[in-house]
Amino acid sequence: MNPGRLSSPQALIDLRDQLINQREENKTIITVCAGTGCLACGCEAVTTAFREALQQSHLDKDVEIRTTGCHGFCERGPLVVIQPEGMFYQRAKPADAKVIVDRTIKNGELVKKLLYRDPQTKEVIVHEKDIPFYKKQMRLVLGKNGFMDPTSINDYIALGGYQALAKALTTMQPEEIIDEIKKSGLRGRGGGGFLTGRKWASCRKAKGDPKYVICNADEGDPGAFMDRSLLEGNPHSVIEGMVIGAYAIGSNDGFVYVRNEYPLAVKNLSIALTAAREHGMLGDDILGTGFRFDIEVSRGGGAFVCGESTALMASLEGRAGEPRAKYVHTVDSGLWNKPSNLNNVETWSNVPLIIEKGADWYTKIGTQGSKGTKVFALTGKVNNTGLVEVPMGITLREIICNIGGGVPGNKRLKGVQTGGPSGGILRVSTNGEGIPESGIREEEKVVNLIDLPVDFDELTKVGSMMGSGGMIVMDEDSCVVDVAKYFLNFLQEESCGKCLPCREGLRMMLSILTRISEGKGEMEDIAVLEEISRALSDTSLCDLGGSAPNPILSTIRFFHEEYVAHIRDKHCPAGVCKELVSHAIDENCIGCHICFKVCPSDAIVGKPKELYTIVQEKCIQCGACYQICNYNAIRRVKRDEGEIVQRRAQEVWKPRIKAKSAATA
Amino acid sequence: MSTTTAPNYQSDQAIAEIVNKYGAKPMALIMILQDVQKHHRYLPTDTLRLVAKEMNLPLGQIYGVATYYKSFSLKPKGKHHICVCTGTACHVRQATVIVDKFQRDLGVKPGETTSDMEFSLETVNCLGACALGPLVTANDVYYGNMTVSKIDKMMNKLRGKKTEEEAEAEEAA
Repeated sequence: MNPGRLSSPQALIDLRDQLINQREENKTIITVCAGTGCLACGCEAVTTAFREALQQSHLDKDVEIRTTGCHGFCERGPLVVIQPEGMFYQRAKPADAKVIVDRTIKNGELVKKLLYRDPQTKEVIVHEKDIPFYKKQMRLVLGKNGFMDPTSINDYIALGGYQALAKALTTMQPEEIIDEIKKSGLRGRGGGGFLTGRKWASCRKAKGDPKYVICNADEGDPGAFMDRSLLEGNPHSVIEGMVIGAYAIGSNDGFVYVRNEYPLAVKNLSIALTAAREHGMLGDDILGTGFRFDIEVSRGGGAFVCGESTALMASLEGRAGEPRAKYVHTVDSGLWNKPSNLNNVETWSNVPLIIEKGADWYTKIGTQGSKGTKVFALTGKVNNTGLVEVPMGITLREIICNIGGGVPGNKRLKGVQTGGPSGGILRVSTNGEGIPESGIREEEKVVNLIDLPVDFDELTKVGSMMGSGGMIVMDEDSCVVDVAKYFLNFLQEESCGKCLPCREGLRMMLSILTRISEGKGEMEDIAVLEEISRALSDTSLCDLGGSAPNPILSTIRFFHEEYVAHIRDKHCPAGVCKELVSHAIDENCIGCHICFKVCPSDAIVGKPKELYTIVQEKCIQCGACYQICNYNAIRRVKRDEGEIVQRRAQEVWKPRIKAKSAATA
Repeated sequence: MSTTTAPNYQSDQAIAEIVNKYGAKPMALIMILQDVQKHHRYLPTDTLRLVAKEMNLPLGQIYGVATYYKSFSLKPKGKHHICVCTGTACHVRQATVIVDKFQRDLGVKPGETTSDMEFSLETVNCLGACALGPLVTANDVYYGNMTVSKIDKMMNKLRGKKTEEEAEAEEAA
């Protein structure tokens, strides 16, 4: 159904009501998640299988299949949710489609093997909303993702979409909108946390014409993917936010700068833009109000620094994306030296919510200084990887342990990294144990940040930052020196090289850290790292350099003893830094010889079903055996201590496969 | 979409079409270069000259953009494009072991192409499918939870596919 351009807000309401009436309330809908995570797991084949299964059962008229955007629980993909009941099936394979149609759709029975089982309580959970991963979340921005086909504007309108735009255009003056956003306390979700309302007000006041409105979708933080999921799963909410913002600021031209690595986001956004134009939500005379605004998509060239506002605008102009000093703000002189207002994807998505439900409602969520919700990409060594949306002020414990389900494989939780390369690594632990007081510098009283409330200010206070919302969990197998080195290496590669502190400082710090990770560090290196860090934050041109020391400073602060171990004891406690470890096989070996097969240097010797050993002189410490071993038999120990482990193993090792087969015989 | 389009370096027509699609405004330069790269799998010097001519921009500006952004390559790429995600989530799940393995097996470093032009190895900062880490894409197909032995299987498949195609070609002949 294409009603053409809607000429008034009333036409939009009529269309919504018509859509709702047409849709049978109790119609069964099979929703299949088609976010990038689930696509990578093969959800397309699952959708096809459902289509075939429904046709075979002649149910294709009665049951709808809807491919939706990201549901967030990427760990369990491909996800299938049967609506309206909300039955949640996980890790569905194409072969399961027929089973689900035959049993659940036809007979209302559950397919038990596809249901979620809580790994902690072993309880089987039927409905999406009852799963611990979702239970503690507050999905305001991501909420619609699971219910709509992102390529269907009708789905969005039926869910109440574009009503906020109608309200803003017809009942509010631009100043009122800005006041409402100011009152809501909405802060930029891209990292800086600047007050959105204040930015809009400055841009509205700025002299210059035309004015531009830009959406920053150059999500370059490794380990963050909420902006991509929003653009893929609910592009209309971003468009709606941008139109409202443009009206408030007084702009007629908008741009979305999106990473080229996100082809699906580009595709869904382009489809949404076309549909929005056809329906009169973009273009001349939006909803018959006379307001004109349109949006162009620009694909980024793949440079992390282009997430910075001035660099992004340079890139939009078709130049190399180098930042400039911000003596003059971009709201006064940005894109083509005109007043430009840049906000991040998630920020724009929050705008319709605030306009629709009011700033008073919005300010009830969150903390004093940070209102609303934040989407985090919870990844790394955590059981439930995925996108989580939580109210500001929730503790790290609730995110990692309750929503995330803790660390897999009985490993010890060690730290959590927030804010991407500009953030820091925080020391967290689920039990007070295992944190040596001596490890923290004396002046530090707080040794465990697991109960830290997460918001903009709290994270900054402990030396990290909100960033775009990446949250990478680390367990005892992650080496903080190695992770700090990883971020420095990343930043050093991504530094545009325009200003000296960033270009040379990062290079210098990386070489020092590399030395430390190779066991060639000096104790004075720590002080030098801190000194360069200070110079970098004081003198860099943009925030890439300015916040680059965070990973270093936070690890020195919270994991001082690991630096000391690397420097003084030539020991990597996590066993990651190649130059400081030896690989060895202990008595857990069952003789499956899988490590023997993967060893690239023929260093592993032994016979099947017997204890294998690593010839220490031949081992190149590549870690292939460690990664592949299913029996926890490969140990990463201090350099030259491998032989001790293996000698002990030879004394106590007992054949397992033989004993097991004898027992069963 | 196909990355296996036969390179046609002198094709003025193809370049003109790409430029016309976006219009010859400087703003579109990055997207135009992306499409040109999709067409040729890299940015041959001749095509950069053509883009400069079509867009009426100095070659220096185009060269500046083409060398600034990580996604552009001025060197030819291999037939199979292997990309290892080295985002933070993949890194803590030992993506370095995966990169090392490819380096050893292919004998090239990230950013390089094997001398037989079969495989290009690259790393990317994050593909946003962190639940599947460590993650590898080969010709845009995702391979999740990678281990060293899964790489062997994947590479066999890629190499095998090639021989199947050759076999078909032989049969057709």
